[in-house]
Amino acid sequence: MPRSGEGYVLAYAGAVCLAASALLAGASAGLRARQERMSELDRRFNVLKALGAAVTDGRGRRLPAAQVNALYAHSVREVWFDPAAGTVTTSAPAAGSPALPVFQWIEDGRPARHAFPVSGKGLWSTIYGYLALDATLSEIVGLTFYRHGETPGLGGEIEQPWFQEQFRGRRIRDGDHLRPIVIAKGAASPGAADDASRVVVDGISGATLTGRGVMSFLNRSLEAYAPYLRAMGKGG
Amino acid sequence: MATFWKPLKDPLSESNPITIQILGICSALAVTVKLETAVVMALALTVVTTGSNLVISLIRNSVPSRIRMIVEMVVVSTLVILADQFLRAYLFDISRQLSVFVGLIITNCIVMGRLEAFALKNPPIPSVLDGLGNGLGYGAVLVAVATVRELLGSGRLFGHAVVPAALYRHGYVNNGLLLLAPGAFIVLGLLIWAQRTLIRHYETA
Repeated sequence: MPRSGEGYVLAYAGAVCLAASALLAGASAGLRARQERMSELDRRFNVLKALGAAVTDGRGRRLPAAQVNALYAHSVREVWFDPAAGTVTTSAPAAGSPALPVFQWIEDGRPARHAFPVSGKGLWSTIYGYLALDATLSEIVGLTFYRHGETPGLGGEIEQPWFQEQFRGRRIRDGDHLRPIVIAKGAASPGAADDASRVVVDGISGATLTGRGVMSFLNRSLEAYAPYLRAMGKGG
Repeated sequence: MATFWKPLKDPLSESNPITIQILGICSALAVTVKLETAVVMALALTVVTTGSNLVISLIRNSVPSRIRMIVEMVVVSTLVILADQFLRAYLFDISRQLSVFVGLIITNCIVMGRLEAFALKNPPIPSVLDGLGNGLGYGAVLVAVATVRELLGSGRLFGHAVVPAALYRHGYVNNGLLLLAPGAFIVLGLLIWAQRTLIRHYETA
């Protein structure tokens, strides 16, 4: 058969495409379950980390998947809060419903800590994380960011423990009044202490814009969850 | 025997894809902030260029020359997507850090360059060696650049702190410039200069 004939070229192209698509379809089908498991495990790991559970061993390595899953199944309850009705349900809401997801850390049958997803624009990318509050829903107990595309070493420092841990123990709510979080430009000046109107944390020098993004989406998420904080954190 | 190993050895130094041919610069700058990502990226590229060299070499006598580049693209894309899927299933964290750069191996000039320049004209075994050599040559440069950037930029190697805390107490600071693209350019430029001087490679007009 002549190698330059139209029929040969068409048949060759068809065969190559068929072989490539069969291979890719096979790989995708074969690996999908594992990919979804990895992605789900990562989500659970980050929820647990925000809730303050011990998810790393002494040397800072992640616990094995089985332990993370067992801990999650044992201690975390996934609920949805309907801001209009002010009710909490454990069944997944219908698509398009305004219900907000909340992850409750259960101790002695009662929620001891509450985490919810936070996300928004940084400088280059959308940042995803979880923010956890105490039983009275007025103090931060943990903050993690698990996905972002900020500049490593600058905006990417939001991953660092020093940045995330300074939020712990900060009081973001007095009764019905939310105290907005302020991320300073670089280290917060000594005079800029927390007061009734704000919570001040150190920013990252060289990453002012990332800090501004984080500040605005944290406050936006807290606003969105304000009805939940009031409904569930009575007396806080 | 010397000629048998030539396709593997040459790209490590004398015809290194990055420092001599100046190919694949984009990814070499983007993934070298940390050693971990640089190593995984180097492995991914080595797998893709070795695999595509093998496949194209095997079909080199049957592929119609009019559509040979399209066929090359199909083979390369297939291998890249496979590599990406495997990373997602087995190295979830790293695949997220590499983000788009694994996908961009498709457009990496090294891969297509080796297919056109070598695999189309040579039998499978030398082609595999050529792919392996170019992947490793690319990887060697990535690892060298990443070592300098991670060490001086964040004081770490493979994520472990290596700069002693005492040094920081005496006023040592990490050089943030090395974490940014300009820092990568400077390190890579110095490396190209050093290597070309060592092997006495001169560009001829």
